[in-house]
Amino acid sequence: MRFMKHAPVAGLAAAIVIFQLATTLLGREFYLTQLTMAAYYCLVILGLTVLMGYAGQISMGHAAFFAMGGYTTAVLTKLDLSAAAGGLPRLVVDLGLSVTSVNAFGVEVRHLSPWVSLVVAVLLTTTVAFLIGIPILRLKGHYLAMATLGFGIIVYRIVLGTSLFGEADGISDIPAFTLAGGLAVSGDPELRVQNFYIAAVLLLAGLVLLLNLIDSRSGRALRAIHGSEEAANAMGVDTAGFKLMVFVLSAVFACVAGVFLTHFNGGVGPSEADVMKSVTYVAIVAVGGMANLWGALAMGIVLNYLSLRGYFGSYDELVFGGILIVIMLFFPEGLLSARNLKNLKGAAVRLVRGKGGEGADGRP
Amino acid sequence: MSLEQVLQYILSGVTNGSIYAIVAIGFNIIYNTTGIINFAQGEFLMLGGMTAISLAAFVPLPLAILAAVVITAIIGALVDFVFIRRLKTPSVLNMIIVTIGLSIVIREIALHVWDEKVRSLPYFTGSEVTSVSILGAYISPQVLWVLGIAAVIVVFLGFFFKFTLTGRSMRACAANMTAAKLCGINTGAMVTVSFMLSAAIGALAGCAISPITQTQYDCGTPLAIKGFTVAILGGLGNSTGAVVGGMVVGMLEAFSISVLPLAYKDAIAITILLLILFVKPSGLLGKKEAAGLKEF
Repeated sequence: MRFMKHAPVAGLAAAIVIFQLATTLLGREFYLTQLTMAAYYCLVILGLTVLMGYAGQISMGHAAFFAMGGYTTAVLTKLDLSAAAGGLPRLVVDLGLSVTSVNAFGVEVRHLSPWVSLVVAVLLTTTVAFLIGIPILRLKGHYLAMATLGFGIIVYRIVLGTSLFGEADGISDIPAFTLAGGLAVSGDPELRVQNFYIAAVLLLAGLVLLLNLIDSRSGRALRAIHGSEEAANAMGVDTAGFKLMVFVLSAVFACVAGVFLTHFNGGVGPSEADVMKSVTYVAIVAVGGMANLWGALAMGIVLNYLSLRGYFGSYDELVFGGILIVIMLFFPEGLLSARNLKNLKGAAVRLVRGKGGEGADGRP
Repeated sequence: MSLEQVLQYILSGVTNGSIYAIVAIGFNIIYNTTGIINFAQGEFLMLGGMTAISLAAFVPLPLAILAAVVITAIIGALVDFVFIRRLKTPSVLNMIIVTIGLSIVIREIALHVWDEKVRSLPYFTGSEVTSVSILGAYISPQVLWVLGIAAVIVVFLGFFFKFTLTGRSMRACAANMTAAKLCGINTGAMVTVSFMLSAAIGALAGCAISPITQTQYDCGTPLAIKGFTVAILGGLGNSTGAVVGGMVVGMLEAFSISVLPLAYKDAIAITILLLILFVKPSGLLGKKEAAGLKEF
């Protein structure tokens, strides 16, 4: 039983290692760059899957939390502490919260440790998500969608209109995030393989955390809320509390992904806060089967990877918009939903047993 | 602030407010018959403006606008035939996602049919430098056109819903879909009509504002969000409320420019939206019971 529970995660870990070895052997390591980025985006999608699929609350503003993480770390680690004479900057240096790194011009600069900015970003996101979550999650349906969309647009407008955040240019030349020893999150091609593993480990950790969450008492409470909020309430489930908890958790997932991807890219721009990004996340959760972490993971990696490598060209947004419509019209429960997968499995079994292939429509 | 300046802000607020009100009425028409918030409403304005601009190169302006309205109405009907009808027992989440998907697809198709360039229709009368003086404030004659068209739309809809059989049938659908069906009203057709009507007035508004605000493939979404704010403020489904809400949001935006940087202008309407949603989701003029009944 324990083995069966851990087998998929172990399988995924093995697949990650095999894929890395294969790309290295074939001299195609550059594939790993987009895969690393896709993994960070997947972290946002996993958080959103629990919010949308299990708690049944739509969020059209998750790109805002991602941008919050990215911009917080960008602004904080770009502050030059070299000439810290007194006050807060001096204190930061004295407490050992700063690191030095060499910037693009070959000059050594002293700046805040990304570990500190990560903590600040998470605290900030938690606070914001908590404060807006309380009123927003009281809303339902269209109102909830519009309120989260509105929140996303406000963050986008602020990012786009404030000189501290670089306005339309964003912030670039962000120092690497040195984790420990020689491990660093940065876009340096030399560090491509280790960055792939950093992203993969983070993604696996997030996945295991969420798998355990939905398999726990809280997870069952969440599914009850999705089924019927009134019924869950009547059974004594603290619906408001659980919804808020998942909202904040998914916001933190987006924020952490934002921090890491910003250091990996060495820059962050307003497009990360764009509404279209939020819509893309929702589209992938829908394709993944709504309440299906594995489906969301698979689709998140595949679609983000194809999109980042530019396979969709100038039709990128059209592809994601089209996916939303097709999935909702023909597979309202999501493409990789449990029922569709079961139907597929049933059809495959019948096919193997030789009882004819007409069962493709999935009827038992 | 001098009197002229205040007047100038008020006129600008009324102009923008009436545009928002038209978008909000478009939302209301579809919401009343189907319970769907059509997130692609802003795209109807864009399509109307873009089609008229393309046609204006070949035919006289009034004909181009008329053709644009008809074409957009047909697209509205197609949206219902091809997508909305196929949603069987849709949940609210499904409806939201479908219309958002539609909005993206229409926008991206427009990007590939036209391009990313900013275009505009010629001014209906005069040019960009003509202005009319009202009590010391100067406004473009196009502003008067926008106000006039908004007024005509509101009056026309008032008559349509009160005195025509189709309009009355649509009101019956809004009140109770099942009862309307039992009375022999073809509810499916009414939904199609509501999409066509909504698309047509959106297209007309899109043409009227094109000389002032310009038209681009992605100009629909910001308008849709303002329109939605106004629709919520006035109470979803309430057209008088939409006009009042439009004026309130338009005025607040116009006066906000004098105190806040222009870059934050769009954030103001949305902040208002969030505040209303948190404090009084049924809107200023919306009845609580009515909002409750329509609540999925």
